[in-house]
Amino acid sequence: MGVPGAIQSIERAAAILRLLASSSGKLGMGEISRSLELAKGTTHGILRTLQQVGFVEQDTASGRYQLGAALLHLGSSYLDVNELRSRSINWADPLASRSGEAVRIGTVLDGKVLVVHHVFRPDDTFQTLDVGSLLPLHATALGKVLLAWDAAAAIVAVRGELTAFTRKTVTKSGLGRALATVRESGWAAEAGEYHPEEAGIAAPIRGHGGLVVGAIGISGPTERVCDARGRPDPTLIGYVRDAARAISRDLGGLRT
Amino acid sequence: MTESYVVAIDQGTTSTRCIVFDRRGQLVSVQQREHHQHFPRPGWVEHDAVEIWRAVQQLGPRTLRQAGIGPEQVAAVGITNQRETTVLWDRHTGIPVSRAIVWQDTRTDELVSALAAQPFAPEVAVRSGLPLATYFSAPKVRWLLDHTPGLRERCARGDVLFGTMETWLIWNLTGGPSGGLHVTDVTNASRTMLMDLRTLSWDDDLLAFFDIPRAMLPSIRSSSEVYGRAVEAFPGVRIGAALGDQQAALFGQTCFAPGDAKCTYGTGSFLLLNTGSAPVRSTHGLLSTVAYQIAGADPVYALEGSIAITGSLVQWFRDQLGLIGTAPEIETLARTVEDNGGCYIVPAFSGLFAPHWRSEARGVIVGLTSYITKGHLARAVLEATGWQTREVVDAMNADSGLALRSLRVDGGMTADNLLMQFVADVLDVPVVRPMVAETVSLGAAYAAGLAVGYWPDLADLRRNWHRAAQWLPSMDPELRADEYDNWQRAVERTFDWLRPKAS
Ligand SMILES: Nc1ncnc2c1ncn2[C@@H]1O[C@H](COP(=O)(O)OP(=O)(O)OP(=O)(O)O)[C@@H](O)[C@H]1O
Ligand SMILES: [Mg+2]
Repeated sequence: MGVPGAIQSIERAAAILRLLASSSGKLGMGEISRSLELAKGTTHGILRTLQQVGFVEQDTASGRYQLGAALLHLGSSYLDVNELRSRSINWADPLASRSGEAVRIGTVLDGKVLVVHHVFRPDDTFQTLDVGSLLPLHATALGKVLLAWDAAAAIVAVRGELTAFTRKTVTKSGLGRALATVRESGWAAEAGEYHPEEAGIAAPIRGHGGLVVGAIGISGPTERVCDARGRPDPTLIGYVRDAARAISRDLGGLRT
Repeated sequence: MTESYVVAIDQGTTSTRCIVFDRRGQLVSVQQREHHQHFPRPGWVEHDAVEIWRAVQQLGPRTLRQAGIGPEQVAAVGITNQRETTVLWDRHTGIPVSRAIVWQDTRTDELVSALAAQPFAPEVAVRSGLPLATYFSAPKVRWLLDHTPGLRERCARGDVLFGTMETWLIWNLTGGPSGGLHVTDVTNASRTMLMDLRTLSWDDDLLAFFDIPRAMLPSIRSSSEVYGRAVEAFPGVRIGAALGDQQAALFGQTCFAPGDAKCTYGTGSFLLLNTGSAPVRSTHGLLSTVAYQIAGADPVYALEGSIAITGSLVQWFRDQLGLIGTAPEIETLARTVEDNGGCYIVPAFSGLFAPHWRSEARGVIVGLTSYITKGHLARAVLEATGWQTREVVDAMNADSGLALRSLRVDGGMTADNLLMQFVADVLDVPVVRPMVAETVSLGAAYAAGLAVGYWPDLADLRRNWHRAAQWLPSMDPELRADEYDNWQRAVERTFDWLRPKAS
């Protein structure tokens, strides 16, 4: 019997993983369902789900199962940043084109935003690729999105110093509320909080199971990104969120 | 008025894509499906043409659904395809005679050697612009005729048809056995080795040389005109373009002026240079090919440097060696080390294409020491693509007498920043990626849109082109020279690996 309140299918999935981990070779479906006294259909369903998330792998020739590579790399980043770029490239380009602004995709690295992809502002002026550069988490739209859905990073951020880049940079006391607003609205903005004359809008990219794996956003001069009262342009917000959703759908992070 | 769009079908070597584009040439929706690669014997590569047609039937409606549009909002569909891959099928049933023989397939190498010994052989390159090699369609057709009992008679009667992938798809889209159109375009026809590059028609001497009956060949049309309306997949929609994938990429990059060049980095990589209204004969191992022809206008020609193995080396590293889980992880692994550690990989998996054309070459890994890690190997994999590009650029510069000043790039490998920086470093010119990485599809969409007046002219298309990224060279010239020398010595070690069979 399970612990009260426990979810049965998760318990069973854990049991299957333990079984696979303890066996020396690969196991067939029948062996797994027999050892755990589970119906074949149930076992099959759980195995399929575990396979989708990369926790088990099925040998194509024999049809037998073993632990998946994703399980072995659980401690490190879940989605390789170069893969994130490859999978986003088709949607980042149209975002730059429609918004007329530069696009960046970021992930969290050591308390900073790591820029993993950058598309130039589509005006053919000289611009320099800044893939690999680091941005502050608390002062950028990308960073606020990443903090909003990464509790651990948010705790670390609040413990450290929050550099005030401008008068408008979010302070320690304001950060919690700012992140709650981001979670509620599904997107984040920055307006003169990092560079005095610059604004940005960003939204979360979700992978399997809805896990936030990165953020995509645009940035440009405040007068283009925001209205006279400093509020981000709703059309631009729509473009950013559409791009984030398109990438998330391709990554299996949206149920459609 | 409801918005209208243009659709491209990109029938590639590893997958088929269907993409909806808007008036600004931006991607609205995309669906993709891989097909099986059959390797029945070493050197043989086959595709199931029916599987590919089914994929198109399925992808079409899905892509429209994802874009939230119906067929009535599609101004035209354009088709682009893996080139040279050869399908023969029964015109009465629509069933292929065998699996399609893919461009990478080398089963015809003995046939090609035998043909090369005939007196007419030197004339083949003069007429077709292509060196006698297993790569092109004619030897593949001939091989099928030689190895399938009764086939030659059925072909001569016109009961069995030949086509490359665009021909097969257009025939099926327009009704198949009931009224399907049997057409190809000048760019695809220029890869068969059966077309005279100047007259743009099938050449009787080439047909006689390869012993291929004319009755099985499609009619040759321009690359941008309405061939007919689809009855399947996109019912009622006009089919407005067909171009080989590399020519489509040149078009999508808006390389409309002589001297414009691009390189597309996919399964293989292909550098094409627009040479204007006359074909240029290469003396440095490049091909002469048709770049495009818009209905009613003169054809435009190109010089091409074809590299067989680039992205597929990354796939080999992933699938056969299992050192990475996905292709982009090659960059992550390569960045674990500072340099190649003295190691070079020359992927002569099916011989070497441009500029060497050595079918007997086979791949090597040189410079192995116990110092070498998988990180160094990953670097060597990426650098192989950089150096192969350098070789074809050198040939291009020598043939055209001009020095390339910057390179426009597209394709899946352009997502790899380490690689793109390396390409800029070894070429010593800026490398530029445009806003649409799916430039192959964009080119087919452009050509189809032009045919139906969705876009007014080439100048309008050129205005859509914008720079999305740029990599500037920053390699020390001495290091570049040293490394190039190492690469060239590694290439020499691939030569003459296969020995001619004792006869
Ligand atoms: N980040 C990356 N680094 C290096 N190689 C990559 C990366 N991403 C993809 N590739 C390689 O690029 C190729 C895919 O590119 P692309 O999608 O342009 O090719 P393709 O159009 O599918 O080829 P084809 O038309 O022949 O089917 C694959 O061979 C893959 O190994
Ligand atoms: Mg392709």
